[in-house]
Amino acid sequence: MTLRCRVIPCLDVTGGRVVKGTRFVDLVDEGDPAALAERYDREGADEVALLDIGAAPEQRGTLLDVVRRASRRLTVPLTVGGGVRSVSDMRAVLRAGADKVTMNTAAVNDPTLISACARRFGSQAVVVAIDARMRAGRDAGPGPAWEVVVRGGRDATGLDAVGWARSVAELGAGELLVTSIDRDGTRAGYDVALLRAVSQAVNVPVIASGGAAGPADLVSAVRDGGADAVLAASIFHRRLVSIADAKAAMAAAGIPVRPVLDVTVA
Amino acid sequence: MTHRPVHVAVVDHGAGNLVSVREALEDAGSVVTFARHAPDLAGADALVVPGVGAAAPAMDRLRRQGLVRAIRSWAAEGRPLLGVCLGMQLLMDGSDEDGARTLGLIPGRTVRLAGAPRLPHVGWNQVERTRDDPLFDGILPDEDFYFVHSYAAVPARDAAAVTLATTVHGSRFVSAVATGSVTGVQFHPERSGRTGRRFVANWVGLVRDARRS
Repeated sequence: MTLRCRVIPCLDVTGGRVVKGTRFVDLVDEGDPAALAERYDREGADEVALLDIGAAPEQRGTLLDVVRRASRRLTVPLTVGGGVRSVSDMRAVLRAGADKVTMNTAAVNDPTLISACARRFGSQAVVVAIDARMRAGRDAGPGPAWEVVVRGGRDATGLDAVGWARSVAELGAGELLVTSIDRDGTRAGYDVALLRAVSQAVNVPVIASGGAAGPADLVSAVRDGGADAVLAASIFHRRLVSIADAKAAMAAAGIPVRPVLDVTVA
Repeated sequence: MTHRPVHVAVVDHGAGNLVSVREALEDAGSVVTFARHAPDLAGADALVVPGVGAAAPAMDRLRRQGLVRAIRSWAAEGRPLLGVCLGMQLLMDGSDEDGARTLGLIPGRTVRLAGAPRLPHVGWNQVERTRDDPLFDGILPDEDFYFVHSYAAVPARDAAAVTLATTVHGSRFVSAVATGSVTGVQFHPERSGRTGRRFVANWVGLVRDARRS
């Protein structure tokens, strides 16, 4: 009788292929985003995220084609991000079959993009991705504990991540995808303090991202970080953790999840 | 006896993902076309009004496309119509979201979800049926559906008679309605896994049965 906490496998795509976490997968076909999306759907994922990490303008056509193919094979929602810089970019991605679109660098460069997209497509379709880095000198002086970074962590913005979260929610973001750049790819666990700070600052749903190593991290992101959904890439791609394992651990910790249905097809 | 597949026209009012709606309907054995103007409805057995976003821009586009009058006559003739998410909210008289006057096929208003811990209401939640209906055939009571919205329809008169199911997010809201040939669901059956596919197949089956009689 309550909203379930979502488990979201994330496909990082460039040049039409999943590029992160596929090295140890023996099936060649697992590198195809549409095939992976379908596998996760079958295994009980509540949503699939597809992030175009190349996001170069010349790859735009490739991304839309990948979205189209992945969307057709999914029966659960598809969230797509990477390189969306305008209302018409977002429209194209939605019409290719995305249910929600994430924006990151473009939203920092021009925050009015968030409100323009929310007005056109509704807040529920606009997810703002916030990449945050813990400030090294935080003990030395005043200032925010986490700073927003863009361009895959290459550029610092000087923005306080928690303040930015509050601003984008006010501008019309319907959901926040909060990634700890310090933890991303390290399997050191989510930055739970960051998640807690953001989830207490806003009342839109928060998706935890960056650093998941195992089911205990997913549980802690929700229970201690206040996240409404957990996103992970490599642990799922490499089959270190199955969607069913993740949900079983969450359910055992008292977190409501959508049961993984029997996958036998009638 | 002919076995012409059910032809469903999906209203395209320019916002959102129509790919998944088409996939789900085709999976259920129907033939799908997109309707941008009133003449596009010709030959269809049933109509789906999908949609996400706000009521006023959607109504503006429907009006410009000549579809407001066409959808109203469609329903008045007792032909099958399914509204999904915003499409369900548009069935009401009006929306508090932006003061829009909507289709008025079911008396009532669309209001912001009250008492919700977080908005939008995003994710999988239970759809608790208030009465038996063939739309939910083969779907267990504890199977979840996918939601993504901040507003919900509140049927006014005969609320109990039109309500098929309710869902709780902070407070209880109406998540499915049906009256005559008109059905509305706040969840997204096209994105609700196998459970949702079954729901769509049930609806297409009812359209097929109605065509026979």
